Amino acid sequence: MITGKFFAAGADRRIALTIAVLLAVAVAVPVLNLAVPAGSALHVPSYMVALVGKYLCYALLALALDLVWGYCGILSLGHGAFFALGGYAMGMYLMRQIGARGVYANPVLPDFMVFLNWKELPWFWYGFDQFWFAAIMVMLAPGLLAFVFGWFAFRSRVTGVYLSIITQAMTYALLLAFFRNDMGFGGNNGLTDFKDILGFSVQAASTRSALFSATAISLALGVFVTWRIVGSKYGKLLIAVRDAEPRTRFLGWRPENVKLFAFTVSAVMAGIAGALYVPQVGIINPGEFEPANSIEVVVWTAVGGRATIVGPIIGAVVVNLGKSYFTGALPDYWLFALGGLFVFVTLFLPRGIVGTWDAWRQDRRKAAKLDREPATGAVAEPQPAE
Amino acid sequence: MSKTNTILYLDGVSRSFDGFKAINNLSLVLDRGEMRAIIGPNGAGKTTMMDIITGRTRPDEGEVFYDGEIDLTRHDEADIAMMGIGRKFQKPTVFESHTVEDNLLLSLKGPRSIFPALFHRRSTEEARRIDEILATVRLEARRDALAANLSHGQKQWLEIGMLLAQDPKLLLVDEPVAGMTDAETEETARLLREINKTHSVIVVEHDMHFVRELGVKVTCLHEGSVLSEGSLDFVSSDERVVEVYLGR
Repeated sequence: MITGKFFAAGADRRIALTIAVLLAVAVAVPVLNLAVPAGSALHVPSYMVALVGKYLCYALLALALDLVWGYCGILSLGHGAFFALGGYAMGMYLMRQIGARGVYANPVLPDFMVFLNWKELPWFWYGFDQFWFAAIMVMLAPGLLAFVFGWFAFRSRVTGVYLSIITQAMTYALLLAFFRNDMGFGGNNGLTDFKDILGFSVQAASTRSALFSATAISLALGVFVTWRIVGSKYGKLLIAVRDAEPRTRFLGWRPENVKLFAFTVSAVMAGIAGALYVPQVGIINPGEFEPANSIEVVVWTAVGGRATIVGPIIGAVVVNLGKSYFTGALPDYWLFALGGLFVFVTLFLPRGIVGTWDAWRQDRRKAAKLDREPATGAVAEPQPAE
Repeated sequence: MSKTNTILYLDGVSRSFDGFKAINNLSLVLDRGEMRAIIGPNGAGKTTMMDIITGRTRPDEGEVFYDGEIDLTRHDEADIAMMGIGRKFQKPTVFESHTVEDNLLLSLKGPRSIFPALFHRRSTEEARRIDEILATVRLEARRDALAANLSHGQKQWLEIGMLLAQDPKLLLVDEPVAGMTDAETEETARLLREINKTHSVIVVEHDMHFVRELGVKVTCLHEGSVLSEGSLDFVSSDERVVEVYLGR
């Protein structure tokens, strides 16, 4: 394949392997959870299914960030907002499924609206009783926000740290807005006490396994789509914009459109991740818009390795394993550990786990090659710019 | 003077930044197929002139016409690039994490929107064009090398190759031989003379040896306007040029 030149063949194999592993996990985990008896060593307990499912949602979010940050140099500090919007869209569907089983037994209005003495459903809650409608909104709401935001930001040629700051401001503004009861999204408490999804109880082990599979498959799909995007001529253009934006402009490209497309696709991916996350954790509240959440996503991606597709997935899983451990064992020290990790990675592993591994392999291969046939042209992997 | 036969026509162009007149009533006419060397001390307005031509900066006043009738002050960088003006920056600017070949692929003339790029497949015609340009800029051997690993001179050539890939009518080349060895400088002069057979070219350069190699009409800028214009011998014997630029 001609476009393959950018990717060493090894990288292609790695993507295929990642997708295969994710699909295998999508099948194996539910089987080991449901079919293997609880006493067996191979049994995967239900809490584990939920926990790993959550990690995979984070991994999809980190992958989405990597598409814009790793490949296009847009350091978004507000990707959590897209994740949360997707989550809210799913949460609204789940709220409508509760129906008359709520505390106030109102067949149409969710409990918090009855509590606030609202008489009828706000217009923006219409349609969310239908799964297909919610599924569209999961992608449309974050996608549209990213499109409008990106349209103005990229057209005005806001770049670098200024862009990062306004993405952060965006998620903070949404945080404040969603805290308000008048917004109609449950205010401080958010949306919770879900009962069913597509007619199946969200508490049931089988539903949880199905949600887990859906997450693993979505992540595999995300990997595939990202791989195809960055492997295309457009993907090369994305990297070109990252490395020398004025050059692309003077070649006749419009970097603002290049960025806008990636930013929108990325927001949609983040939205899907959020939608898968909410039924598995059972709640969505304005805390998901917290700027610190978005910054954590940046840390996962940096730890795993920017501009590698597998890196952000590894980063998200590894850092969150650490978080699960720390918040259990030494709850007071988690933030210090996270901050320390970011400093460590920035100073000593600027390419992240996967990027460093690749560079090491490259050096070894080059050394081996030089041994065999001295004085050949140097070939190195492309490196992400700052 | 008639605009119709010119590739570039600047008349009475001024542009100031915070009161400093970077370009002051500049008039410059380039005929179709002409190559022109622009010299002048630092701060003479050479780069600002290029910024105005390529749409990066708007002039405060004056006319800028391309190809006889296109008013460049009404277009932005991408539009102007698509209309056939290519620009090489002073500092070589190539896509460092791409191979030489991919740098050219991204520069090749063709649709510039997102979806064609997403579903692009390289045609034999494109492959042929890339081979041709690699031969012209003598980078065939480095085709698969990352641009970051090229020497400084090779980067300059790659950038010129990227301009050629755009197939522009007019090339603006800013200090192409800065930092080059003598052999590379001569090679670049040869390359530009070759390009000039089919393109109009403006070259900004300090290296008088190189300008002599080009053997074309010279314009000397000073304080944002034309100080002297003519053959190199004429310009370099001009008292005022000697005074402000060449030194005695």
